[in-house]
Amino acid sequence: MWQKLYDELKDQNFIIIAVAMDSEADAARPWIEVAAPDYPALIDRDHRVAELYNMVNVPQAVWIDETGTIVRPAENAGAYEGFRAMDLETWTMPDDELATTINAQATYIAAVGDWVRLGAESGHLFDADQARARTATASNESAQAHCHFHLGQYLLRHGRETEAHEHLAEASRLHPTSWSIWRQAAEKNETGLAASAEFWDRVKALGDDHYYPPVELAGMPK
Amino acid sequence: MTVILSQLGEFEVPVGPAEGLWVEPAEATAMSGWELRPEGLCRGDVCVPVPPGKAETLTADGKINLAAFWDHMGMPIAHSADGDVWALGEGAENRTAELRSLEAPDFTQPDLAGVQHSLSDHRGKKILLATWASW
Repeated sequence: MWQKLYDELKDQNFIIIAVAMDSEADAARPWIEVAAPDYPALIDRDHRVAELYNMVNVPQAVWIDETGTIVRPAENAGAYEGFRAMDLETWTMPDDELATTINAQATYIAAVGDWVRLGAESGHLFDADQARARTATASNESAQAHCHFHLGQYLLRHGRETEAHEHLAEASRLHPTSWSIWRQAAEKNETGLAASAEFWDRVKALGDDHYYPPVELAGMPK
Repeated sequence: MTVILSQLGEFEVPVGPAEGLWVEPAEATAMSGWELRPEGLCRGDVCVPVPPGKAETLTADGKINLAAFWDHMGMPIAHSADGDVWALGEGAENRTAELRSLEAPDFTQPDLAGVQHSLSDHRGKKILLATWASW
C-alpha cells in the first residue's frame, strides 16, 4: 500500500516505518514479501507500538516531523468502513461503497505526500494544542489490558495456550474498544483473517459507531 | 527461574515462584528502571516513598518486592497462575503525559530478518509510522 508513495517521496528526507501488529512473524511474512518494501517493515508481536501510541485498530498511523514531534497523532490511516456493507453470501461490496473506500485511501495518501513536500506549510498539520486534543489517552483499564496482553503473548509462545487465552480474554474485556487485541486472539479463517461470525456480530453491535473513525482531512468520507 | 516482562525487555531472575516478586535492588533497576534510594523507589526525579506501615511488604533482607511496589504505585501488573511469569506495565497517567508532550515515544522492533530498528534511528527525517496486520 505504501511502496508507491515511498518511491515518490524517498529522496525528500522521508521514511515510512511499517509495523505489523502480528504475534507471529510468519503470519505477516507473505504480505511483506509481496510488498517488498524498501522501508523498514517491523513485526510487533506484543503490540508494544499500539500500547505506546494508544492505537486500537489497524491501519492507524502517526505523522512525526524531523524533530521527533508528533504532528498528527495516531489516527485511522485512511481506511473507510465500506466492508460493513458487504454481502456476506457473495462477499461483494456495493459499487459506491467500494469507490468511497478507494477514494478515502487515495485522499489520505495524497495528504501524506502534501505534508512531506510542504512540511509546516502543509494544510494538514495540527498545531501543538490541536494535536494534544486529538491524542487518545490511556486509561487504567487499557494499561492493565496491555499488561495481560503482553503476558498472554509470552505464554502463547511458550505453549501455555489455555492460560494464555485467559489473559488475552481479560485484555479484551478491559479494553473492549481495541479491535487489535480482540482480533489478534480471535479465531482466524483459512486465509488468516479474524472474520468469523463473532467478528461480524461485533461489527454489527457497533451500530452507529465507527469501525474506522473518519479521518479529519478535507475530502474524507464521514 | 522467574521471567519478568517489562517495558525494558524480557528478564530472568534466579528466584523460585513465591508470594510477591522479591529481587535484588540492582536487578530491580535493570529490569524496571526504578531504583531503591533512601527516599524510596525512584525513577528520574520521581520518588515513591516506602510508607512505614508497608515497609515489610515492600523491602526485606536487602531485597525489594517489585510486585508490591507496582501495586503500591498503582501501575499495571499481571502474573501467570504459577507466579513464574510477571508482566510489569507502564501506568496510564505516565503514558498519557508522555504522548501529550508530543515527543514521539521511541521503540525498537525487529524486521523479518531479526534486525532491530528503532524509531530514533530516523530522527531528522519525516516519519510516517504506519501499523497494519495480517489478520
